[in-house]
Amino acid sequence: MMTAVTAAGSIGRTGASRSGRRRRVALLPTVALVVGALYCIVPTLWILIASTKSPAELFSTETYLPSFSGGLAGNVRDLSSYGGGVYWHWMLNSFLYATIGGLAASTVSACAGYAIAKYAFRGRKLLFNAILAGVLLPQIVLAIPQYLLLSKVGLNDSYASIILPQLFNPYGIYLCRIYAAASVPDSVLEAGRMDGASEFRLFRSVGLRLMGPGLVTVFLLQFIVIWNNFLLPFVMVTSDDKFPLTVGLYSMLRHGADEAALYSLVITGTLLSVIPVIALFLSLQRYWRIDLVTGALK
Amino acid sequence: MVTTAATSRRRSHRLPYLLVLPAVLLFLLFVLAPGVYALVLSFQARKVTGGLLGSTSKVVYAGLDNYRSVLGDSALWTSTLRMVAVGAIVIPVTVGLALLFALLLDTPRARLVRFSRLSIFLPYAVPGVIATLLWGFMYLPATSPIGGHYVDFFGSTQVFFSVANICVWGGVGFNMVVIFTALRALPPEIYEAARIDGASETQIALRIKVPMVLPAVAMCTLFTVLAALQLFNEPNTLKPLSNAISSDWVPLMKIYTDAFVNADIYHAAATSIVFAAGVLIVSFAAARMVQSRADLAGKGE
Repeated sequence: MMTAVTAAGSIGRTGASRSGRRRRVALLPTVALVVGALYCIVPTLWILIASTKSPAELFSTETYLPSFSGGLAGNVRDLSSYGGGVYWHWMLNSFLYATIGGLAASTVSACAGYAIAKYAFRGRKLLFNAILAGVLLPQIVLAIPQYLLLSKVGLNDSYASIILPQLFNPYGIYLCRIYAAASVPDSVLEAGRMDGASEFRLFRSVGLRLMGPGLVTVFLLQFIVIWNNFLLPFVMVTSDDKFPLTVGLYSMLRHGADEAALYSLVITGTLLSVIPVIALFLSLQRYWRIDLVTGALK
Repeated sequence: MVTTAATSRRRSHRLPYLLVLPAVLLFLLFVLAPGVYALVLSFQARKVTGGLLGSTSKVVYAGLDNYRSVLGDSALWTSTLRMVAVGAIVIPVTVGLALLFALLLDTPRARLVRFSRLSIFLPYAVPGVIATLLWGFMYLPATSPIGGHYVDFFGSTQVFFSVANICVWGGVGFNMVVIFTALRALPPEIYEAARIDGASETQIALRIKVPMVLPAVAMCTLFTVLAALQLFNEPNTLKPLSNAISSDWVPLMKIYTDAFVNADIYHAAATSIVFAAGVLIVSFAAARMVQSRADLAGKGE
């Protein structure tokens, strides 16, 4: 239903602008957009150029010009052997944390959001208010007490210490509640009840299915939050084979202050860390419904 | 019949509790418990007792001592001011550029729209730490392609703009897409009358489109305020590249330094509580403003 309305809206839109004046290109808006696009791309382009330089060339050659002396291959080789290949470990960790955490957090959010939207039960209002406050409370002020508590039970410096605190996602629950309220009609649930379907079955095969597009958005949002997170893993883990990319590259940069050769490796590592996310984003573009981010459903 | 109805009702009473159980458990374990624990710690202190050789330390109740020293700590206030200064640049610039680019994307006959939208959105998927590394090397005089030899990007004033620039770079795209989506949801017929009356695209954008997407703009402002309050990754990552950034440059860096470098978790806990309270007040106020904007827009329709 939602998709149909949005699609119809966008078709009507392109139709209108096409039937309008299509003679000239709006020059100024196009130029302004390209300037904006360049602002966003240039750092990545520059890091691509910088990563082609060997450590010696990085500080000595013209900054805009790439080097073709095999610097990139050398940098990738050095990066791969840095700390016994720990860089690739970091990348794998980042993917594991973001994928597992994202999937689990969106499942938790879907369950809670659906229950709050579709059932009247005791404590519902209290729960929802707690969640709203949770949206506003920056999760990272909790990172230090979370670390202290988790180290009491011996869970610090573990994979669990990075994933578990990120599973409660108040914003995800908030969005799921809106999706459930808007896309799961009570009449369909009633009809299912008449046919003798259990409440759990209704949740699984009606609720979750109708909330589908929203759930993908909740997953992607949480994936990005965990992928981008720095402070929590920075506080929680000390052994470098558990670092995500963010903490790993930061630790390399800190060593680089004494050892300038490491800068080339940090630059190459930064470049290689950007590529997979861009690829992931471009491939998932179709499923990525930003209009659902504000919870505004048409 | 009677039994099935009864069981289904009983089930329907149980299922919502089962469904919210994981969220409630996680909330208790990872939000409430750490919050309460921080509160407890904030009223404690480690006292060293005994002589030179046999000195031992034990944890004692400290009353409001930690809070007194936190509120009297000029370093905390300075770091808060720095955060506000960066926020004062980041919030209007991010929201303003996001609105501008969204309007440009929505302009008829603009070209390269898909390319621009994707390019401006992509930094959202780049972690703040990585974004800071990208820009950090662009600022660094030895490697700078943007005139780091001539402009000191780490100068005492410039550094605020350098940090703000990284936040803007990462934040514009997401907000732009949120506003653009709101623009696309408007029915195109509403511009027709204005076009027939000879209104220019600029007039249509300013007089019709902007007022209609104010709720989305307000939402983006809230997102950006929340992000600005949590400023940590960008200055913390710039620190190894520049002396301009101290280890207590923003409140969260100060809390981290207190807790892990100075190993004074009690002072850090009190700072966390004060900071969280401040953040909650500011974000509640911001959320209320967003709410009233949305209500106004709802009534206007």
